[in-house]
Amino acid sequence: MSTPSALLARHQEKRRASRPRSLKPWYQNPSLVAGLIVVGALVLIAVLAPVLAPYDPVKQDLQNALQDPGAAHWLGTDKYGRDVLSRLIWGAQIDLRIGFLAVLIPFVIGSVVGALAGYFGGWFDSIVMQIVDIFFAFPFYVMVIVLVFVFGAGEASIYLAISAISWVAYAKIVRGEVLVAKKQDYVAAARLGGLSHGRVIARHIGPNVLSQALIYAMSDVVMDIMAIVTLGYLGLGIAPPTAEWGSMILDGQEFITTQWQQATIPGLVIVVASLGLSWIGDGLSDLLSPERRK
Amino acid sequence: MFHRLSFIPGRLLRALPVILGVTIVVFLMVHLLPGDPAIAILGDKGTPQRIAALREQLGLNQPLWLQYATFLGRLLQGNFGTSLVNNRPVAELVFQAVPVTLTLLLFALILSLLISIPLAAIAATRPNGGRDLGVRAFTLLGQGMPQFWVGIMLILLVSVELRLFPVGGYGMTDAEHLYYLFLPALTLAISMAPTIIRSLRASTIASLGSDYVATARSKGSAGSALFRQHVLRNAAIPTISVIGVNLGYLVGGSIVIERVFAIPGLGSLMLTGIFARDFPTIQAVALVVALFVIIIGILTDVLYTLLDPRVNFSKEARA
Amino acid sequence: MTPSNLLSVNNLSLGVTRAKHPATTIVKDVSFGVDRGERFGIVGESGSGKSLTLRAIAGLLPQGIDVFGGEINYEGRDLLRVTPNERRALMGPEIAMVFQEPMTALNPVMRVGEQIAEGPRRHLGLSRKKADALAIEMMAKTGIPDPAKRSRAYPHELSGGLRQRIMIAMALSCQPKLLLCDEPTTALDVTVQHQVLRLLENLCDDFGAALVFVTHDLAVVNQTCETLAVMYAGHIVETGWVKDVFRDPRHPYTRGLLDSAPDFDQPNRPLRPIPGFPPNLAERPAGCSFAPRCAQVQAGCLDSSPTLMPVTANRTAACFETRTMFEGMPA
Repeated sequence: MSTPSALLARHQEKRRASRPRSLKPWYQNPSLVAGLIVVGALVLIAVLAPVLAPYDPVKQDLQNALQDPGAAHWLGTDKYGRDVLSRLIWGAQIDLRIGFLAVLIPFVIGSVVGALAGYFGGWFDSIVMQIVDIFFAFPFYVMVIVLVFVFGAGEASIYLAISAISWVAYAKIVRGEVLVAKKQDYVAAARLGGLSHGRVIARHIGPNVLSQALIYAMSDVVMDIMAIVTLGYLGLGIAPPTAEWGSMILDGQEFITTQWQQATIPGLVIVVASLGLSWIGDGLSDLLSPERRK
Repeated sequence: MFHRLSFIPGRLLRALPVILGVTIVVFLMVHLLPGDPAIAILGDKGTPQRIAALREQLGLNQPLWLQYATFLGRLLQGNFGTSLVNNRPVAELVFQAVPVTLTLLLFALILSLLISIPLAAIAATRPNGGRDLGVRAFTLLGQGMPQFWVGIMLILLVSVELRLFPVGGYGMTDAEHLYYLFLPALTLAISMAPTIIRSLRASTIASLGSDYVATARSKGSAGSALFRQHVLRNAAIPTISVIGVNLGYLVGGSIVIERVFAIPGLGSLMLTGIFARDFPTIQAVALVVALFVIIIGILTDVLYTLLDPRVNFSKEARA
Repeated sequence: MTPSNLLSVNNLSLGVTRAKHPATTIVKDVSFGVDRGERFGIVGESGSGKSLTLRAIAGLLPQGIDVFGGEINYEGRDLLRVTPNERRALMGPEIAMVFQEPMTALNPVMRVGEQIAEGPRRHLGLSRKKADALAIEMMAKTGIPDPAKRSRAYPHELSGGLRQRIMIAMALSCQPKLLLCDEPTTALDVTVQHQVLRLLENLCDDFGAALVFVTHDLAVVNQTCETLAVMYAGHIVETGWVKDVFRDPRHPYTRGLLDSAPDFDQPNRPLRPIPGFPPNLAERPAGCSFAPRCAQVQAGCLDSSPTLMPVTANRTAACFETRTMFEGMPA
């Protein structure tokens, strides 16, 4: 699942079908708890990489290249003799860090633009929606690949490329929610009561609307991780020899006939990470979605 | 019936500003390059003469609006510029690659429907039953797998272990093309199926519980006739738009999957362009791919109208 | 409940079983019989179990509702025990149904003529052309103007009254012997309601079909049916000829229903709503279900629940009070 428009469509579908808000406390929500445990464990591994990883992830040891999994190297070694397990652990740092951080800028920019467009409407709204339509015309991967290429290699340009594209989804979600919220009586009452535009947005519209953006953000993190590993696989992402899951799969693909685990295991870790994140997203949507409106 | 399709000209007209915007974005790509685009493109191969020549070719010496006007004028004549790598017209390269990618996309779409419709039907007949849980596990996992990794896993299982399909390439004849495209299409189908299944499962459950299905049952309709005539025809409608949106995703995914399976389509063209810093090619592919997505959007609206008699885009304002 | 009955429902009980919860009985020991050509009404508030009873006859119980016991005999066959294939063969040519909401009960993406023709094509083996002609003929019989043109319309293009006529045309297209109607006029305007009721009555007579008519509206039963059963909290509390019941209700609940509904013959009579609410079916009171709301409640009513007993000829009621009244009278 990786393109803002497709992700957005799924988000909106879920939103329409949203069950009434769960009244149980968050720790009794099985999806959320399971997701937090999985993601928490991965984050912990990433943070503790220097302690946990048995070897230096980038140190070459050509004498011990392409070893099968064994006592010394639990998951074997790659073609430069680097320990696969250690690279996997250090890779968590890169992939999770970029995945989470890359969400922040588009979240903020998209939400602000969307809120303004929805709240004030008019020509500003028309222009924003036109831009959103234009951005949605480009498939996500095409745009990310081109932009990363244009901005040059490196982590910063990945942030920049992802932010440049994925703000539109937040803008669309927040705009839609604001349009709905604007029609609610309590917002009209607040305006009549003399609150300024800024206060109405911040106090009365913001919380409800942002919870939808937050739920979407969880699937956005998954999409960003997919984008990073895809860039890594295409050789356009984080430059080697830094350990990164996508480039590990690329390296492993070469030896698919002899050492299948090299390409397989990083992929499985990605599956686990995205599973955890989507559980958190499901849990959040149980907890945060407003009562069904009729 | 056909007056309901009278929205098409208007719909095409509304696509124009989007298409224009897309050309602007594509045009500006060159100017996003840090510093002088000619130097950036040529990199270490940039002798002063070559830089000057490239500046001339890209029209970089003119004011920006004039550059864009020239760019747009050329596009309208089907001129995408000349490849910086082999000096061939980019249009030629693109037109060779388009049918390959289109075949792949169509193949993938058909496969994903063949996977999704039965699975969604099985899951929906007994929500929360054992089979439903199995299908839901598949959708959950399917959405968490990187596409290219699915491709590699299929190569590992189907090509390397079972030796059923080639690990990559495109073949020579039409029949070979389909044979070579099967695994890549399946890869795309597997990553697209979960979304279709989710949507179709939900709408099938809703349809099965609806009054009109009860009515059909009260007429003695059952089994596959009931499913075809009453359930699927209604359940498909919301899924159409989901598929439409996700075809755009498929277009993006095919870029990556063509790389995994070494298929000479738009994706390979673009990635070769990227590695060769061949800007006209990159721009052309980005533009064509965006046009794909826009056309898919229009086709989705048409299909939606044909399937759902209640929809009338001709009258309604855009939501 | 004579053997000659077209339909006889005996001791039907329906309910919900959930894991970790005691079973909840929604319909309890319901019995009634319908003769050929008879028009039988079932009246009750929403939640009284009347619609579920009807759906059990049609084999359309929603998922999660189970049959706890009893039988539904249709021409000597127990409908609760027929195979799915036998059920398919019955639905249409023997038993047909008209639903409450003609908008949602019609397939929104199918032309109405096609929907009417579907049954005859399957059951009567008609060709597409003949079935289409029959559909148009049926539409004409239900009083739809310009039926040939309307048969090509989609449900959303028709008014509520026309849609319900389509439903009726569809239900009668295979000439069923039994027509089940679930509040068929509730969703319609009052003026259209009356037309549709007349139409149902006339067509049932023309086709010789028996009618089981479920509604919450006593006035509608009075217009359409010959006999009726009143349901409360999953029980039948009173049965009899419509005219008798209206003139002299024997169950306090029936009396309450009549007093709470406006009567156009006596526009100045004050309306007296029944106090309280129907019981929570998961925690039924030990005695009579109506006791907590009953004006004539006595000590015994709270301990044991009364069963249906004959009151006069062709009348039954489930009330201790009525029985003592009856027993006190000469037979």
